[in-house]
Amino acid sequence: MEQGVSAGPGQYQLSHLQALEAQSIHIMREVVAEFERPVLLFSGGKDSIVMLRLAQKAFWPSRLPFPVMHVDTGHNFPEVLDFRDRRVAELEALLVVASVQESIDAGRVAEEPGLHPSRNRLQTRTLLDAIVDNKFDAVFGGARRDEEKARAKERVYSFRDEFGQWDPKNQRPELWALYNGRHHPNEHIRVFPISDWTELDIWQYLDQEQLEIPSIYFSHRRPVFRRDGMLLSIGPHTEPGPGEETFEATVRYRTVGDMTCTGAVESTAETLVQIIEEIAVSRLTERGATRADDRVSESAMEDRKREGYF
Amino acid sequence: MELLRFATAGSVDDGKSTLIGRLLYDSKAIFEDQLEAVERVSRQRGEELTDLSLLTDGLRAEREQGITIDVAYRYFSTPVRKFIIGDTPGHIQYTRNMVTGNSTADLTLVLVDARKGIVEQTRRHAFLASLLRVPHLVLCVNKMDLVGYDQAVFEEIREEFKAFATRLEVADLAFIPISALNGDNVVQRSPNMGWYEGQSLLHHLEQVYIASDRNLIDPRIPVQWVIRPTGSTIPDYRGYAGRVAGGVFRPGDEVTVLPSGLTTTIASVDTFDGPVGEAFPPMSVVVRLAEDLDVSRGDMICRPHNHPTMAQDIDAMVCWMTDKPVKPGDFLAVKHTTRWVRAVVKDVHYRLDVNTLHRDETADSLSLNEVGRVSLRMTQPLFYDSYRRNRTTGSFILASEQTNVTVGAGMILGAD
Repeated sequence: MEQGVSAGPGQYQLSHLQALEAQSIHIMREVVAEFERPVLLFSGGKDSIVMLRLAQKAFWPSRLPFPVMHVDTGHNFPEVLDFRDRRVAELEALLVVASVQESIDAGRVAEEPGLHPSRNRLQTRTLLDAIVDNKFDAVFGGARRDEEKARAKERVYSFRDEFGQWDPKNQRPELWALYNGRHHPNEHIRVFPISDWTELDIWQYLDQEQLEIPSIYFSHRRPVFRRDGMLLSIGPHTEPGPGEETFEATVRYRTVGDMTCTGAVESTAETLVQIIEEIAVSRLTERGATRADDRVSESAMEDRKREGYF
Repeated sequence: MELLRFATAGSVDDGKSTLIGRLLYDSKAIFEDQLEAVERVSRQRGEELTDLSLLTDGLRAEREQGITIDVAYRYFSTPVRKFIIGDTPGHIQYTRNMVTGNSTADLTLVLVDARKGIVEQTRRHAFLASLLRVPHLVLCVNKMDLVGYDQAVFEEIREEFKAFATRLEVADLAFIPISALNGDNVVQRSPNMGWYEGQSLLHHLEQVYIASDRNLIDPRIPVQWVIRPTGSTIPDYRGYAGRVAGGVFRPGDEVTVLPSGLTTTIASVDTFDGPVGEAFPPMSVVVRLAEDLDVSRGDMICRPHNHPTMAQDIDAMVCWMTDKPVKPGDFLAVKHTTRWVRAVVKDVHYRLDVNTLHRDETADSLSLNEVGRVSLRMTQPLFYDSYRRNRTTGSFILASEQTNVTVGAGMILGAD
């Protein structure tokens, strides 16, 4: 499709991806104009790859006017870390790494019991400490409202108090595209520019923009074992327990999180177009299919978000 | 594929959740894991039917108390359009949430129970949609199965609503008889209502013409950010980033920048993907000007013979959104387009009853969830159009200078 105009002259129509892109760029520019020290969270996952492209578009031909930050659980897929470093170098962006291991070593948090515990919950402390240490007042996140039902109710500008807490029952009304980022010192705003994007929009945009994504998103063979109905990868932080059989499967990942809680789906999709075809007929959400962290309880996401999670 | 945003409002018993659940399920936007979770919870509570409202009521307090707290956003798409639903509860904080949901909507969906006909809540929905100038309104007469699919019932409700709507400003009004529970006229035309000659609801949502809803007449770009790369390969680049709020901008166009009033021409309209020949709402672009003017955030790019009103005294319809009432003498922070200014409330002219449209001229304050006409004086002039003419340059939010919380929403009244 030609940039901007579709459907012939005089129509002045944008496609849904162009409309979503224009909205996200508007939000990012508002934040940079009104905050002192914004930062963009970058995990190397597909949503944050889209976020980085949108930021690139919003400020072109300038470089990114803020650093990117990765909260490193120490349990990341090596392919994703490689990708992160390459992408950040390409954009000549400044990378801040906030390490959960360092939080553990400093006694800020304690590793949960068990053989291979997840650090999903621990990273909230690391994130909040990094926000305070770096005096960040706006934190861009790649959360989408279609992901999870607590997120469906979160504002684009999500106010956090001095403890980083979210109060879902007491959110600021958000009207038109007039965002209110006013806050006192030590409070901050989480900003979600891709709130209105769906998983399918993300994949379509990655294809439209021909963006590179980590290899684990595409179909590959890997040794796995089944736990709680999910296929978990075997690695330094995840091993099968008693009775959990190891086998090799043809899989891809729909999300990339901590290796201890991110499952793979069986798939032969080797290109973005094939992934889009699979998503379009999928009957499971990406979190329902592959994220153990959301399965803890009916309110798992809401509870973590209240504490200051992404 | 185009994007359409629509707002719904109502309580559990008018079938709104069932209708949304059906639209989402029939367009495959509800996934099996979500449906299973909802079915499991419904069974645990001993309910016979699956309660589809559990899909939208995502917060712990909502599930525990069986209420909907706030605006929830839902997404689905068909091969023709992508839809964003702003779903608001019927009772608690009703006006505040409905105003929020309608502020970005292209269309408002109002549900009526065929057995009850037009009730107070119907009139309130329709009035708030009209106040927020949502261009399209659809009145769905639901539960037609419970009145024997009787055409006379539908006709009577339609005529009554039409008579009421003459007092509103609704550009486009449609009526659809449905049964959300049975799916009649939701996705497919129903064989149970052969007398109905219109489209199904989904077909209407897919086809309703929204392209002319934007203002393509009055060129407006509120400047968000000045792009001036440092140490880059293009040392002299200076561009003004913003989202087109009205009209069409082309390279070579004569433009005026407010507040300076200086005039020059557009050198180019840039994007990351290359320059474009035309920029129109709601595109986000970078405008380069032929001459070096002093332009900064909060300025407005317009045309020499078509510019917005520049004034410090503003009259607006204000919806109040916080517990502490607003009254003359109060100071507030105002965000309009890309600038924050301070304002003092000069006068509260009247309070509008959102159910009867009665104006209470004796009112001297507005409380939570009340709407009224207010005069404000700004510390600096705003560059605005009336809300009627442009929803982007005619709207503002009010925030408390003490708590920073958003406390009100305003729609500017003007001569046209």
